[in-house]
Amino acid sequence: MNEIYAWAAIGVIILASTTGDVLLSYSMKRVGHVGELWKRRGALAVIGRVLATPTFPLGLMAMGIAFYSLLFGLSWGNLSLVVPASASLTFVANAVAARIFLHERVGRRRWIAALLVAGGVVLMAI
Amino acid sequence: MTFRKYLVLAGITVFSTAGDSLLARGMKELGGFSLHNLSGLLLAILNPWVTAGIILLLAFFACYMSALSWADLTYVLPATSLGYVLVALVAHFGFHEVISLTRWLGIALIAAGVGSVAAGPSLTPSHQRQHSRHVSRDTVSQEVES
Repeated sequence: MNEIYAWAAIGVIILASTTGDVLLSYSMKRVGHVGELWKRRGALAVIGRVLATPTFPLGLMAMGIAFYSLLFGLSWGNLSLVVPASASLTFVANAVAARIFLHERVGRRRWIAALLVAGGVVLMAI
Repeated sequence: MTFRKYLVLAGITVFSTAGDSLLARGMKELGGFSLHNLSGLLLAILNPWVTAGIILLLAFFACYMSALSWADLTYVLPATSLGYVLVALVAHFGFHEVISLTRWLGIALIAAGVGSVAAGPSLTPSHQRQHSRHVSRDTVSQEVES
């Protein structure tokens, strides 16, 4: 039974961290190039602008949910299952989500990279 | 890609790895936590390892947000996985730990994946971004996909 809970937690981790990454990436694209903004207006303007972007706190919240799901997942499943399974599937889920929601051009190069990194993370953790 | 941008990507890798390691070391020193003992989690901040870990993780988050402001999510994410490689290399060459063949294979796959992304453009054009005045002035967006 604990195994089902662990996989449910893995599912929530993947969903929440992908949502968080997409929301944070979307927010930062709206803020614009941070380095240039810093040079022109200073650090406070950068921080103010990031915090004023409504999708930013939503992204942080999703990341928080992912973090706590990981803690719960670790209490139900083994470290060697929960961490590599959630980390590697998140890479693949992010490539799909970035293509759909952020309209990034995920070419062959980036698909291959997502799969290589996902496979590599699994191999490093077992 | 300028040198400074590569520094930010390196910061993502180094700060997240070092931050996680310090946090893990601090939490081990404090012993296990249960969900019924949440006040212990608040006091954990007083542990110097945990404090240092949190500071480094904040630096990681600043680098990560900075990178996402000028590069695609699918470009930045593989850089975060280089941390696994870094830890293994430090363990092997710094602490003379033995690394199994599967782990070396994992290192090779991650490195190949990161190399594959890094050889391409950092930002791909999208419908929304063509209206963004900040990004359109950035030279990175003019990089042509190879």
